[in-house]
Parts: sequence; structure tokens; C-alpha cells
Amino acid sequence: MIKLLLSPIVFVLRLLWQTVFLAIGQVWANKIRAILTALGIIIGVLGVTVVAAGLDGMQGYVLNQFEDIGAKKMWLWGDVPDDKRSVMSWTDVKVTTYEARLILEHAETIETLTPGCRASWSVANGKKLSQGVRVTGIWPAWHEIENRQVIFGRPFSRIDDSENRQVCLINEQGIEELDLDTDPTGDYILINGRRFLIIGVVETKELSPMMGGGQSRTEIYIPFSTHKMMNPYTWTDLTLQMYDPDKSDDAREEIRFILRNHRKLNPDDEDTFDMFVIQSAIEDFNNVARVIGFVMGGVVAVSLLVGGIGIMNIMLVSVSERTREIGLRKAMGAKPPVVLLQFLVEAVVLCVVGGLVGLFIGNVLVTGVQFVPNFPLESIAIPRWAVVLSLGFSAAVGIIFGMFPAIKASMLNPIDALRHE
Amino acid sequence: MTPDPSSQSSTRPTIQIKGLKKYFRVGDERVRALDGVDISIYPNEFVAIMGASGSGKSTLMNILGCLDKPTAGQYILNGYPTHKMGMGKLAQVRNSEIGFIFQSYELLSRSTSLKNVMLPMLYSKKHLFTAKKRAKQKLDIVGLSDRMTHRPNQLSGGQRQRVAIARALVNEPSILLADEPTGNLDSKTTVEIIALFKELHESGQTIVIVTHEEDVAGHADRIIRLRDGRVISDYPSAEDPIHLDWVERMASGRAAITDAELAINAEADAKLKAARLEEQKNTRSFFSRRKNVVVPTKSESDQ
Ligand SMILES: Nc1ncnc2c1ncn2[C@@H]1O[C@H](COP(=O)(O)OP(=O)(O)OP(=O)(O)O)[C@@H](O)[C@H]1O
Ligand SMILES: [Mg+2]
Repeated sequence: MIKLLLSPIVFVLRLLWQTVFLAIGQVWANKIRAILTALGIIIGVLGVTVVAAGLDGMQGYVLNQFEDIGAKKMWLWGDVPDDKRSVMSWTDVKVTTYEARLILEHAETIETLTPGCRASWSVANGKKLSQGVRVTGIWPAWHEIENRQVIFGRPFSRIDDSENRQVCLINEQGIEELDLDTDPTGDYILINGRRFLIIGVVETKELSPMMGGGQSRTEIYIPFSTHKMMNPYTWTDLTLQMYDPDKSDDAREEIRFILRNHRKLNPDDEDTFDMFVIQSAIEDFNNVARVIGFVMGGVVAVSLLVGGIGIMNIMLVSVSERTREIGLRKAMGAKPPVVLLQFLVEAVVLCVVGGLVGLFIGNVLVTGVQFVPNFPLESIAIPRWAVVLSLGFSAAVGIIFGMFPAIKASMLNPIDALRHE
Repeated sequence: MTPDPSSQSSTRPTIQIKGLKKYFRVGDERVRALDGVDISIYPNEFVAIMGASGSGKSTLMNILGCLDKPTAGQYILNGYPTHKMGMGKLAQVRNSEIGFIFQSYELLSRSTSLKNVMLPMLYSKKHLFTAKKRAKQKLDIVGLSDRMTHRPNQLSGGQRQRVAIARALVNEPSILLADEPTGNLDSKTTVEIIALFKELHESGQTIVIVTHEEDVAGHADRIIRLRDGRVISDYPSAEDPIHLDWVERMASGRAAITDAELAINAEADAKLKAARLEEQKNTRSFFSRRKNVVVPTKSESDQ
């Protein structure tokens, strides 16, 4: 009774198993031919996997870089609109400390911010003199926004700023350049002729070459108000930190509203300031990556198509050189669908084997490339979706292009097939 | 599906063909490979089909084996009206009702004897759980139980034909059809294979074989002779005049061709000629340009 119920299932399973087994045997018996035939598929799948791994790696790398800078960050600076070039100068649009306070107070999307101004000054430690050192004026919030803590000494405090104290932070490169102690806190240096107390040492943050980093250089930070006092007319911009990177559009609107109000711009006036949000750069990059992905996808699709035609060709050869075998199987009672299935499975096996070979070579390439010295993408791997996609595609190519030869085989008349020479 | 032989075996033939015709079109010409054949073969008969080369024996066997479809006529196999059946149904009939043995064995060269014998069961739901056991049993019957894992190219011609016979038997067909099964074999092996057929016949198998050799035909219990696609004689082998002549001739070592055979051939040729003339008279008015070309008969060379 159980056997009776089971037998149709067992029958189909056995037929499938035999068919797959036969197909693998057939491919194995013609190894070289199979590999050459599947070359299109191999290259196609190789393309999919390597491109996917490359894009994935690049995307991960770039996003990581952005992440380092901080996805919550945005910048704000004064900007003369194109149509006002003749009547306005950059000093008219410079961001002021007052505006910074205004934004901090009223923009609910903004967690914290710091103004920044930069100057190149000469710095001296006793007789040791350095020209053109980059000195940046900041608020204490800078530590949080830029994620830069002190290794020695203390960070800036609000009082440093409000009292215009002549205190500074220096980085390791600066210590070396000015021959300071490893822990120089408490020492004095001359910045643009004024005596500054070193209150701490900040870590140098390596930025990648792509982000304008590279070799580290001497950096000195002083309170923003002190900087302004020494050099009232320098350019000022703001570095802001949002609560939520996904709300960057809200933040933009909020700040625009505050600044336009404050600057008393008419509705038809253009903004006299501009902003840049990391998050939008990430989106831009993702869009570029997507386009590259589509283009590569097209190239890969064409190579799979060419591969598919190769498969169809070889399946037609296979059908005609095995016509006698088909005749025999039919004489022994194989129905047309069974013969169809046999050749379809063979085409699919051929394609999937090609896909696996392509996947293997792709894996070897991707793994091998990581041993290349100075290769920028240190963690690159074939994403799982690419594996699934490429193998699925190979199987689909096998079915689509194997269909015609398989139908041809299944429609053969048994005696004609048996008489075939 | 399986008919009950016990109740009907005496009345219903295993094979019943009526007015069977098979025409081939070669270019502009029509070749009448079978030209109206009526034969009934009853259960457990052992029939030999003989005839000159080109007389239509293989064409008849292929139709009996459901490998080919007749141009016209009826063929009822064990109750199945095969002339009315489609490709899928015919495949099923071939699988369950027919064991076909080819002159050139037709084994799968990459498979072992055992796998070859199991082939028909792959396409049947019947012996799912006992396929291997059955295949071994049939190989045992044909005397090849020690050659199960050999491939065809590791076997002699006689052994290959034994594998093919085991394969033909494995689904218990109602009819075993063999088209010149010994055509590629030497005389000693032929004797062995024929002995195997006799054994199978004695155990109840219905068998039809095509042969050119009178001594092979002599083992059958009925001989049907074809000429130009028609049955020219149908006798039990013990009464077949040509065969009896041949036996006598073998005993006395007389001439290569017998008077009985010449007489029957001449009579058949005359009949055919008359039939064709009649036909031409009837068709000329309609298709004056078309001539029915008949396979060149052997009658000239027979003289
Ligand atoms: N597929 C075909 N196309 C055209 N003509 C065919 C075909 N098959 C057979 N014939 C013709 O039909 C006739 C009968 O052929 P068949 O093969 O049945 O002869 P046979 O009796 O088996 O001969 P042999 O003893 O040589 O095997 C021959 O004249 C042959 O040329
Ligand atoms: Mg023949």
C-alpha cells in the first residue's frame, strides 16, 4: 500500500536522478568540449562575480571613508550668489559667531557645531622655527564633531574660548617638528609672535588619499575667539553635527530658514550661503555605483547571451551525434517529455558547471588580488547575491538555449533516429 | 492495462494486422515496402519471417515493434489498437508490451550490462523497487551472470546480443521481436542464440524473428515468407514446401535453389504483375504522368 503511494514519487525521483547523473556523465565524457562550450558562461559568471566583488569592495571602502568623517556631519559657509558678484564680497556673506549661536539654539536637527577659521602662521619653540604652520580656531565641540580626543593634557573648555585664552593643542607631527617633549603640556610656544600654553596633544587623524589626506602635517588648534582676536578678517565656516544623518534635508531647510531670516533675504533672493552634507555625497556615490553596476550588468548579460548561443550550438551537436541513443531510448519506451528533460538537464548541467568554474576562477582572482601589496580594498569578497544571481542566470541560459535542441530530440521518430548514421 | 491471457489466449491473437501498408516516398517515386499484409500471431507462437533482401521484413518488424507507423491498415497488439495511438501512448506500449532485439544490438556503450538491462525499467513504474533484482535475474537466464559489470566493448558479439535479449525480456513483454538477431554472428554463436530463443519459447514467450537462414527458420514453428511487401507463403515449418525442399537438399547436397521456391516465386510475381496492371488501368486516366515504381524484383537474378 505504501509502495503504491510512493511509487510515482520514486519513479520521478529516480528518473530525475538518472537524468542528472547521465548529464553529468555526458559533460564529464567531453570535458574539453564542455569547458570550451561553457567559456561564454564562464566569462559571464566571472564577470558578474568579479565586478560585483569589486563594486562591493569599493562601495564598502568609500562608505567606510565617509563613515570615518562621519555621516552626521555637514558644513556651512558663506557664498556670494552668481548674480550678486558685482555688489557683494565674501566678507558680506561670512558666517558669524552670532549666526553659529543662532543655529545651535534654534535648529532642532543640529546636535552641536563649531565655527572654524584657519591661518598659516610661523610657530617657534625657542630657536626652532616653523613657517606656514596651519593654525585652526575652534570651539570645544570640535572634539566631539571630529572625534578627536587628547592623548596628553586636557581638551578645550568653554572658558578657553570665552576668555580668549592663549592656549593651544598640537599634534604629534608638530611635537616632532618643533622638537618638543613627548608630553609637551605646560610648555610655551610662539604662534605668530604670541606666547601660547600647550594644554594637550591630539591624535593625528589619517585621512585616506582619496579624502585629501596623505602625509600628516603639523596641526595646531587654538580657541576660536583667540584666533578671531589675532586675525578678525579671516574666512569662517561651520562644521555641524546632526542628530540623525537621514534627516539631512530637514536640517538644510531649518538652517536655510534661520539664516535667510537673519540675513533678511527676500523670497526671490538666492541663498548667500551654501551647505554640504556627507549623507548626500554618500547618496551621490551610491548612484554612481548603481550606474556602474547597470553598465557592467549589461556587459555581463551580453556575454551570457553569447555563451547561451554556444550552449545551444553544442547541444544541437550533442543531439545529432546521439540520435541513435535517443532512438534506442525511445524504442525502450522513453516518452517525448523524458527525452526533452534529458537534454534540457544536460544543457543546464553544462551551464551550471560553467557557472561554477567561473565562480571558482572569480573567487581565486578576488582572493589573490588581496595579496597584491598596497591594494586599496583590503576586504573584498564576492557578495552572496552575486553567487545566487550568476548561478541562477547560468541555469536560465541553459533552459532557454537548451530548449530548442531538447525539443528537436524529443520529436524524433524512433526508427528514423535508430537508422541515423 | 495488462490483458488477461488465460481467458482469451485461444481466441485472441497477440498480433493482428489487417491490410497493413507502408509506402516510402523517395524523391518522386513511391516505394511500396509493405503492400497489404494480413497476419495473425497467437500467444506462444514462434514465427520466423523470411524473404529476399528488400522484401519488407524490417519494415514489418519496425511496425510490429511500434517503432514506425503504417501508411494504412490496422495493427492490434494484445488488444491495443496501435494504429490509432499517439507518440506518448506508443512509447508506453513499446515499454510494456514489446521486447525488440536489433541486429546491431544497440546497447549503450558507456553503460554496464546491468545498466543496459535496467534501461527499459527506467521508463516504467512497474518494477521500481525490484529493478536491479530483475535485471540480474534476466542476465542469469541468458547466461551472463558473470558479465554484469562489463561494458559492451568488453563483450563478444554473442554476449552483446544476450545482453540485448535480457533487456528485451526485462519488462515481460507480450511479444519478443528480433530482426536478424544472428545476422552479425558466426554459426556457432547463432546456434547458441537460437537455443536461447527456443528455451524462451518453451517457457511461454511469443517470438517473431526475421532471418535469412533456413536452418534458423527451421527452429520456429511457423514460417511466413514475404516478397515485394506481400505475404507469399505462410505455413507451419514442418509443412513449408520451401523449407522441406531445403531440408531435402541439405541432405542430398543438391542445387542451390529449389524448384518449389522457383515455382512459388514465379506464381507470386505473376500475381503481382496482374495486380499492378489492373491498378495502372484504374489510375492512368487520373494520373497519366505518374507511374508507380515498384522495387526491382529479384526475379531476373533468380533464373
Ligand atoms: N526509410 C526508408 N525510406 C525509403 N525506402 C525505404 C526505407 N526503409 C525501407 N525502404 C525500402 O523498403 C523496402 C523494404 O525494406 P526492408 O528494410 O524492410 O527490407 P528487408 O526485407 O528488411 O531487407 P534485408 O533483408 O536486406 O534487411 C526496400 O526496398 C527499401 O529500399
Ligand atoms: Mg532488414
